[in-house]
Amino acid sequence: MSTDDRSLGVVLLVHTALERAGQVAHHWARNGCPVVIHVDRRVPRESCQAFMRAFADYPAVRFSRRLRCEWGRWSIVRATQIASELMLASFPDVRHVFLASGSCLPLRPIDDLRTYLGERPETNFIESASTEDVPWTVGGLDKERFTLRFPFSWKRQRRLFDGYVKLQRRIGYCRTIPEGILPHMGSQWWCLTRQTLSAILESPRRKEYDRYFRRVWIPDESYFQTLARIHSRNIESRSLTLTKFDYQGKPHVFYDDHLQLLRRSDCFVARKIWPKADRLYQTFLRKSSGSRRTGEPDTNKIDRIFSDAVARRTRGRPGLYMHSRFPNEGWENGLTCAPYSVFEGFGDLFQNFEAWLSRITGIRVHGHLFAPDEAEFEGGQSVYCGGLSSHPATRDRNPGQFLASLIWNMRGERQAFQYGPDDTPEIGWFMAKDPNAQISVISGAWAVSLFHSNLDFSTIRKIAALRQKAEAAHLEILRSPHTKARVRIWTMAEFMETPMDNLQMLIDEMLPRSSLRFSEAPRLASLSGFGKFLQNLKNHGMHPYLVGNFPPDNAFPGHPWPAGRPYLVK
Amino acid sequence: MSRVWRSYRLRAERQRRLVRAIRKRGELRLVADRTALIGKGDILCVATLRNEQVRLPYFLSYYRNLGIDHFLLIDNDSNDGSRDYLADQADVSLWSTPKSYKRANFGTDWVNGLLRKHAHGHWALVVDIDEFLIYPFCDTRPLGALADWLEASSVRSFGAMLIDMYPKGRIDAVPYRPGQDPFEIACWFDSGNYVIEKNPKYRNLWVQGGPRMRMFFADDPMRAPALNKIPLVKWNRRYAYVSSTHMLLPRGLNLVYEEWGGEKTSGCLLHAKFLNTFSEKAAEELTRRQHYADSHEYRAYHDRLKESPDLWCKWSEKYINWRQLEILGLMSKGNWA
Repeated sequence: MSTDDRSLGVVLLVHTALERAGQVAHHWARNGCPVVIHVDRRVPRESCQAFMRAFADYPAVRFSRRLRCEWGRWSIVRATQIASELMLASFPDVRHVFLASGSCLPLRPIDDLRTYLGERPETNFIESASTEDVPWTVGGLDKERFTLRFPFSWKRQRRLFDGYVKLQRRIGYCRTIPEGILPHMGSQWWCLTRQTLSAILESPRRKEYDRYFRRVWIPDESYFQTLARIHSRNIESRSLTLTKFDYQGKPHVFYDDHLQLLRRSDCFVARKIWPKADRLYQTFLRKSSGSRRTGEPDTNKIDRIFSDAVARRTRGRPGLYMHSRFPNEGWENGLTCAPYSVFEGFGDLFQNFEAWLSRITGIRVHGHLFAPDEAEFEGGQSVYCGGLSSHPATRDRNPGQFLASLIWNMRGERQAFQYGPDDTPEIGWFMAKDPNAQISVISGAWAVSLFHSNLDFSTIRKIAALRQKAEAAHLEILRSPHTKARVRIWTMAEFMETPMDNLQMLIDEMLPRSSLRFSEAPRLASLSGFGKFLQNLKNHGMHPYLVGNFPPDNAFPGHPWPAGRPYLVK
Repeated sequence: MSRVWRSYRLRAERQRRLVRAIRKRGELRLVADRTALIGKGDILCVATLRNEQVRLPYFLSYYRNLGIDHFLLIDNDSNDGSRDYLADQADVSLWSTPKSYKRANFGTDWVNGLLRKHAHGHWALVVDIDEFLIYPFCDTRPLGALADWLEASSVRSFGAMLIDMYPKGRIDAVPYRPGQDPFEIACWFDSGNYVIEKNPKYRNLWVQGGPRMRMFFADDPMRAPALNKIPLVKWNRRYAYVSSTHMLLPRGLNLVYEEWGGEKTSGCLLHAKFLNTFSEKAAEELTRRQHYADSHEYRAYHDRLKESPDLWCKWSEKYINWRQLEILGLMSKGNWA
């Protein structure tokens, strides 16, 4: 196809970055496209005249009457109408009219686009979705943009705008939509055939339609989109212009570092381009643009990048607390970023529980992270991943964030730690509310370490009372209806009935995919005389009820565990 | 009613600070005035300094590269040649003052004064000479791209967290040469030991942590220095920084974080404080007592650095680029893609 083929006309709406808009207009014109440019009225007269002078040598570039355009309002549609009329009247060869803005950049050779359209001479490319079915607008005004009136500017008169919307909602106002119209919406950037465009502009009912759309909210996204449906059956509901909108309804901007991405997308035109993206403009506006491709636009990769960006902005990374993401309570979308396990009482009941657990599961097992005198990181380290300090004051500055940081810093590796009634109590609620926490409690097991301690009985009694009180409060939290953690609570007596099965179950839950059967059991602390010890506590008025019903003579029915010797499961 | 009262109080405070800023401008003596060169849409950089000659060449080149068009600098009584060096730079306007840094609210009044007079309608970056701004895509997109995008998104202020960078080994082991990238020496940082709290009065976040909290304030973390900063603002003459660049009034400018689960676009300020120049500075500050809270920070450093001057630990992270900081969760692209 040669450059005197004038089948493709371009209507260009220009309001800022005139220099870039001029380059793009030259590019279109050089490649044989008649161009009609609408320069916004707000552009100062001198700059506009300089801009126009640059096109003195191009007979196929015309300028349409200038209007003051405002985003979201009728003036943009009106400007498009005027420019389109001029286009259709002055260039009778034009078969397709392409609507573009000054910050649109053609990515493929214009000939490609002409060929593409030449093969589809009757097709209108206009994104046009029924508002009934597609709730994709931002800010809630989807159907209402057609049934309320919008006489105020959203940009300049926000309060009046919002107030008037509210008022109309309250009194139940509803505009009548002109007959035969079914509201459709879509991208502002279209490419219509002469037939369809002239049918819209010359329609006998145009006055009525215009009067209606004048008070519709953002009519540039609905005027042509709706009317094209009336005048043509041959509608391909997509835009040839690649535009991505973010969650505020604002177009994403392309920069130099998007060059490869844009090149591989095979899109014809992209917007918006940052005006100072020199490399993009240089690359895509080069004169001879090499081999011709016929591929369809493929925007998957770009789509993914931008939808990821929107998700990052609206949902963020779960379990991350930082200086630009600090969710209110309940909006964390995950208190922590990965599952972890908390063991309470296991370290008291088994002598080598931590070492055993890390040996058989291979995960990171910490001691009491919230111990009163130090955070017991794995291996007794005083600083841990991310620079977390084991200093208790630093940790207790904010225990929840300390834990969330630890899980975040070690993401990819499962963490487990011990917790007990002596530890920082504030962390209890945080863990309980966290669905990532797997909390397993053997209540009353703290009595075992007291039993083995070398303290005076009166001290033991005092400590036992304190621990029981702390643990009871903690268990109350774990049993609250607000708890989202995976909680399992046994009294010590219950746990001892089938200890190996219970351990196996926990490990299966931690490592669901490995069918790990452990051959080595953790070493049970000696319990001979423990029953008597409990009875002694009771005799002193301190009933260790959290231990459960532990027989005073230590004769455990079905207790298979010869104290002090490892137990093997076949 | 209390809401109205509080907003009235904050407005009064802002006006008080602005009056102070205008009054304190009298303390500044103009050394080199090139403010006539400031064009429409230029991005400005404002900083206060004292005896930073060795750091200046890299500071200026770093920010020129990033896209700063004009520097507005305040020299607080340097005697190491900083003033003459800066006065010769074509894109620097320089003021100088021998007055007390502390009594100018740690320089904030001076900065507010210059911002009010020269930065109205401009994007302004307020940093210290040892702070280097990193933002998403800073290796491919100039600061102007960020400013344009923020403006199109109706965002007026941009938050950045201060990240203390340190060398491996004694901080005075490798001397820093003028013009050198300080992060060739101090390239390590703490990646995940920060705590955050909301300040109900000004609505800013209060961030603490990093090596300074880990090493110097472990037993009294509340006194660890604040790391939250809002260095980049589309300035209006009615705005005022309250304390350093930690917070501003009106307080809506402090909402550089998202409260409903998402992430706002943010950056980091790499802090090149811990170089061999530091010990000298700390010793000087001990006698001058011109820093915040009677320089308690410097006293803490001085004591600790005498014993074990290595901030590095085996969990320290080595700096690569902004993407690394993004992945570590120290800054965010937000919806800028």
